[in-house]
Amino acid sequence: MNIDHDRRFDLTRVRWLAPLLRSRWPVVLGRAVTLAGFVFTILAGLLGTPIGGRNFAIIFVWIAWWTVLKLILMPVAGRSWCSVCPIPATSEWLQQGGILQRGKGVGLKLRWPRRLRGQWLQLGGFAVMGLFSAVLLTRPSATGGILLALLLGATGIGLVFERRAFCRHLCPIGGYIGWYEQLAPVAVRVRDRDVCRGCVEKACYQNCQWGIFPAALKDSFDCGMCMACIQTCPRDNMALWARSPSRESEEAARGEGAARRLDRAWFGLFMLACAPVYAAVMLGPWGSLTEAAYAIGTVAWLRYALAFLTITLGVGPGLFWLAARLGWLLGGRSGSAKRGAIHLSYALSPVGLAAWIAFTMSFAFANLSYVWPVISDPLGMGWNLLGTADWAWHPYLMNVTPLLQVVVLAGSLLWAALEVRRIATSRQALPVLAYASLLTAGMLWLLI
Amino acid sequence: MNRLKMPGTPWLILLLAALTAMLVPVPRTYAPQDRVFRVDASQFSFNPGVLAVNPGDRVTLELRSTDVVHGLYLDGYGLSVVADPGQTATLTFVADRPGSFRFRCSVPCGDIHPFMLGRLRVGPNWLLIRAMALIAITVVWSLVTGVTTKPRTQVAIV
Repeated sequence: MNIDHDRRFDLTRVRWLAPLLRSRWPVVLGRAVTLAGFVFTILAGLLGTPIGGRNFAIIFVWIAWWTVLKLILMPVAGRSWCSVCPIPATSEWLQQGGILQRGKGVGLKLRWPRRLRGQWLQLGGFAVMGLFSAVLLTRPSATGGILLALLLGATGIGLVFERRAFCRHLCPIGGYIGWYEQLAPVAVRVRDRDVCRGCVEKACYQNCQWGIFPAALKDSFDCGMCMACIQTCPRDNMALWARSPSRESEEAARGEGAARRLDRAWFGLFMLACAPVYAAVMLGPWGSLTEAAYAIGTVAWLRYALAFLTITLGVGPGLFWLAARLGWLLGGRSGSAKRGAIHLSYALSPVGLAAWIAFTMSFAFANLSYVWPVISDPLGMGWNLLGTADWAWHPYLMNVTPLLQVVVLAGSLLWAALEVRRIATSRQALPVLAYASLLTAGMLWLLI
Repeated sequence: MNRLKMPGTPWLILLLAALTAMLVPVPRTYAPQDRVFRVDASQFSFNPGVLAVNPGDRVTLELRSTDVVHGLYLDGYGLSVVADPGQTATLTFVADRPGSFRFRCSVPCGDIHPFMLGRLRVGPNWLLIRAMALIAITVVWSLVTGVTTKPRTQVAIV
């Protein structure tokens, strides 16, 4: 067994997996496939049928990919999607002057401005996408347009700034995946820190497209799991580890983890507040609310936009901060209230991830059967390539979905409670757990 | 008190409390009635959007489409009906499955067709009530027992 003294399992030592992790080809081929699919999706969105339920762009981005990302990739494999994400592919190839081999490359390779670092821009990007989500999720041209904008934006940013500046500081999806990465059961980490102390080549840093120093990784927020460090370390000292999903909070509790930051805490609280809003708009029985979210530019939409931003950026995080502050007061005002609140916000991340998973279950299982006709007729041109074009819509797993959602949401609350109690006394924890319970209860009321 | 200090005892208490919350029988005595609902379907909502009946009721849904072709598919029951513009289509069934079920438009009717949804409540939503009990049990258990995963620290607060 490859379990080290720190209860991690070294996946790089698994015989059948090791060649895949040590070769550049899986990532290169994976990215070639996703890039081809991405370009096709953009074309389908812009040139295919305007009927969302019949268009490849809508069905494969918002039902197939978005579902796989939230229900499988993020809980099981963390940021693995980022390793094959097609959006930064062209900028990366231009920067390094080739797909496989490194050449001179093009671009200014400037450092990202210090004042623009952190997750604030990603938060803003996700909020803007949220304002237009009802249109993005249903109108093919809007989906094609936003994907094209992301591709061009990443390429433009990559020609000006060094490495994955777009992914680290601008990509809303990158921020979203990055926040919940702390709960991932896999991570790239160094084997033995002492070995790195004598290293002068720093090949891991030289080859890291994300511009981080893998040997010093304490969290994986900015690690795209491209495995370049594993492949280039001359001392074979980098590895992919299977670990406890609570690993990063355990390390933080020991004082060994990465610094816990306000921008990330706010991002997490924003994501936590977004889930019930989306559930109400997209899964609730309130047609006027859904129509308001869709009718961009109308007075109803402006009211919706104002309410969305107020709830997700103000009310949700604000209530949490009040709860954390109350806990600080009940706990005898010991320590820093701000620092305590930031740590407690990280502890609630299981509730946020579960809220998104539960929301996705309701949305995806009901609409998954749209995939089959679209495979045969991706542009809505009347084709029947695989003979599935006439397969009727039928929702899946509707009988068991509510029970699954109860298990996921209640289980995540228990997980969050264990994390909160790790860092807070019962008096300090009470208001924050009340806030988490309120959110969980709200999600359940909206979903089941 | 010594028993409570045995390793695993708090987890056993939580498990028993959770199982009780999820499995305790609930009274279900209702006199079946005939209920008729007229539901207007228009892009992109049902009116009324929420229907409530008792378990065992014989339910008739009169679906009237006011603009384009709409359908109504009832989750959990797997029943559906389609109404042409200006026409009324009828679906009759016995509400023999208690709980809360979405009904949704089953015929693509426009851009936000996937979000055209309503709710049928058949008796109290016991799954939701049980889930709420589960939440309360979890929080109270956590506060009272103080169980956490190691290492325990006050690093965030002090």
